Amino acid sequence: MTDLSAQTGAFAGSGQSLLTPSARMKRRNAAEARFRLYGVVAILIALATLAIMLFTILRDGVSAFAQARLTFPMELSAEVLDPKGNRLRDEMSKVTTIGYAKVLSAALVAELDRRGIAEEGVSEKQIGELISKDAAGQLRAEVLADPAMIGTTINAEILAAGRIDGYLKGRVTLDSAELDSNITPGQLRLAEQLRQAGMLTTGWNWGFFTNPDASDQRPEAAGLGVALLGSAYMMVLVLVMCVPVGVAASIWLEEFAPKNRWTDAIEVNISNLAAVPSIVFGILGLAIFINFAGLPQSSSLVGALVISLMTLPTIIIATRAAIRAVPPSIRDAALGIGASKMQTVFHHVLPLAMPGILTGTILGLASALGETAPLLLIGMVAFVDNYPAPPPEGFLDPATALPVQVYSWASRADPAFIERSNGAIIVLLVFLVIMNVAAILLRRRFERRW
Amino acid sequence: MSVLMILAAIAVLAIAAFFLARQRALAPLGGNPRLLHSLPGYYGWYGALSVLIPTLGALALWLVVQPMVIESRIAADLPAALVADDTARALTMADVRRVAGGLDTAVARGVLAEAEAMALRTETTDVRALLAGVGVALGATVSPEVLEAAQDYRGLTHWGVAGRSVLVLVLAVAGLFWGVSRAHKDFRARNAVEKVVQGLLIAASSIAVLTTVGIVWSMVSETFDFFTKYPIRDFFFSLTWSPNFRGGSDLGMLPLLWGTLYITVVSLLVSVPVGLFSAIYLAEYASKPVRNWVKPLIEVIAGIPTVVFGIFALITVGPALRDWFAEPLGLGNSGSSVMTAGIVIGILNIPFISSLSDDIINAVPQSLRDGSLGLGATRSETVRQVILPAALPGVVGAILMAASRAIGETMIVVMGAGAAAKLSLNPFEAMTTMTVKIVGQLTGDTDFAAPETLVAFALGMTLFVITLALNIFALWIVRKYREQYE
Repeated sequence: MTDLSAQTGAFAGSGQSLLTPSARMKRRNAAEARFRLYGVVAILIALATLAIMLFTILRDGVSAFAQARLTFPMELSAEVLDPKGNRLRDEMSKVTTIGYAKVLSAALVAELDRRGIAEEGVSEKQIGELISKDAAGQLRAEVLADPAMIGTTINAEILAAGRIDGYLKGRVTLDSAELDSNITPGQLRLAEQLRQAGMLTTGWNWGFFTNPDASDQRPEAAGLGVALLGSAYMMVLVLVMCVPVGVAASIWLEEFAPKNRWTDAIEVNISNLAAVPSIVFGILGLAIFINFAGLPQSSSLVGALVISLMTLPTIIIATRAAIRAVPPSIRDAALGIGASKMQTVFHHVLPLAMPGILTGTILGLASALGETAPLLLIGMVAFVDNYPAPPPEGFLDPATALPVQVYSWASRADPAFIERSNGAIIVLLVFLVIMNVAAILLRRRFERRW
Repeated sequence: MSVLMILAAIAVLAIAAFFLARQRALAPLGGNPRLLHSLPGYYGWYGALSVLIPTLGALALWLVVQPMVIESRIAADLPAALVADDTARALTMADVRRVAGGLDTAVARGVLAEAEAMALRTETTDVRALLAGVGVALGATVSPEVLEAAQDYRGLTHWGVAGRSVLVLVLAVAGLFWGVSRAHKDFRARNAVEKVVQGLLIAASSIAVLTTVGIVWSMVSETFDFFTKYPIRDFFFSLTWSPNFRGGSDLGMLPLLWGTLYITVVSLLVSVPVGLFSAIYLAEYASKPVRNWVKPLIEVIAGIPTVVFGIFALITVGPALRDWFAEPLGLGNSGSSVMTAGIVIGILNIPFISSLSDDIINAVPQSLRDGSLGLGATRSETVRQVILPAALPGVVGAILMAASRAIGETMIVVMGAGAAAKLSLNPFEAMTTMTVKIVGQLTGDTDFAAPETLVAFALGMTLFVITLALNIFALWIVRKYREQYE
């Protein structure tokens, strides 16, 4: 097959030099180069899709961390907000958000008059629409918390409406406003004037991390508060429920289990459970934890139970590998100086396997954090705008989770929610990166070659 | 006593038992632990465990049994019309619990005295308004029977709570005495404690089996329920899927199965070539630094949650396919399609196939490569004619597992495949899958008596069986055809 023939004489027929490849050799080398190219192309495709995916998420999502706000002085007049003048919370709370909305829009209109900013064809009502529908509720909560604010003039930073926010971020344009029932081009031109006057600015959006979800009409107020809290509750519960059970199961299977049918059944089960589609775990959660055991829907406890069952095989597989990596000489030495089997395992094998177990646990939790499908079935996709109570009661309160929030925002009609959804993905990915880096560092720091 | 209080009391007693038992074992020996059978700590643990095990067991049992007993007694006293069937019974009991809870709140707020709450009558008081005053909203006015039942319920619950506390505390003290009294130098405390620990370890490893049992049981019972309400033949062989919550639905799973398999095939067409070729390149061609960088980067794809892929399908891939392929080719104008979902699931499965194949290719012994190269084969010939045949069972296994993952994938198809159940060959048309319909039928308000809801369990069961069969088949192929080297 090679071109050694010239020297040996046995294949002298070809009479070719080694250095000039034959036609057949050229063909084979070309096939080789093609094959190699396929490999490079495959890798490039994989890496390019990863890059495109991350790029689109960053492109669409980074702007969720900024938020447009209107700044204008506003007199919190006592006649409107506290008609009886007693500064009593109960009396003041009779003024609804509608009352506050009027105060807000009147103040904005007054400020525009004072500055002489006007736009033809924009009515006072439309000026009021530049302010987020959620701003009145926020202002009301602030005033009720601190009645001393009444009667003063505050220089308020007020959430701008979602379309205005979109205009500053380039999502809403004069052209798109023509077709949009929620905004007019006139309002956008007015917003442009406000921006030049320094009244309309974009700043860091803390509300994105702290606010609860908001209704379809007010994307600018929607935040991840409840989702972050729900995910945190679930992760704590998964850690508490899943890790001890997973480690205990691995210890038994790896160190104590006799070889019999029961053990075989467990082994087969664990490897099969790891391959069961996640949605099936959702069905299990719905049927057993909600319908049979009567636990409350949408609660982080049920979510954590379902996710724990899903994560258990991952943790067991990682822990068993870590325990198996501890060399038998350690066990023999401990047994040799009189430790019992149980003492050997708990005093020697387990501490040595700990870094491996921790790494596996972190990676298991990272995949649990991104799990969505089973949570949809147990009702965590519901609209929740109340924070769950502090634990332990809060574990039973309705909550939502970070990946589920990504999904529910993505299925809303308003494009502003797509931005939020991508922003939520960025938050989720940041958490995942932190967890994975922690796992890698742990492995680097404690990895031991026996 | 609340459950938390009881738990605190148990913890205190257990700690006390630990120190008392340890002390009692050591005391007669003048504090010399060498004369003991076990280390002193084990006597302490034995004491603590003899408090913890019976009390926690009894508490758990009580918490499960008490509501069942009380509900069955209450239900027996209610008029037959209110508990005619399961649904009515569940509704009535929910009312009773809600009123009882409202009365509890009212007593706790000081609106009612305890005796007043028990003497309340619907003829004299507007219970609904009263409870609304303490923040408990009721759907309808309270009937006299329900109020009476709620009062009974409260009475029984009070007795139950008292009984629970007494039982648990008695058990705790008895356990303490028992555990401490056994602490003697000849008592084999370590063996006893290790037995308990081993029992816990076994229990923990049985949870995996229990989960499987739970999955199968939850789906089998509801699936049977479904087949009593909907003919089994129509489910498996009917060609239309049109659920209608007013009744008269067609619930044939074939269109869903078609969509699922179509998407799976598309996904394999993406993931198998890309995954396999990148594995071959990384294993056979790549230099060490390239491998060290590229392999983790490809595996990053596996760490990204599927909902992110779903968004990618919804926002980027779907519109791009529609604008560049479907509309110019006149094949449709839908962003969500078989192609969209298939391609994105394929991307998701690239790292799965590539890392499994990489392991398998690396497991082929170097001597086979050396032999082939030594005979003058080029590297690609070696790969195609020596390594791949040797690695084939493993690669086929990996492909089957990737297919099983694609069949069970949910978020990507929910966001990228569409919701219309169709039997069509056009890959740019929106179709739907079993997982999409499971999510669709089970989210939101569901009525667990309607076949339209229960069909989700039958779909789940089918899905479970298909994926399980594929996985077992994959493992079987790997085992049966694996070459044993050395």
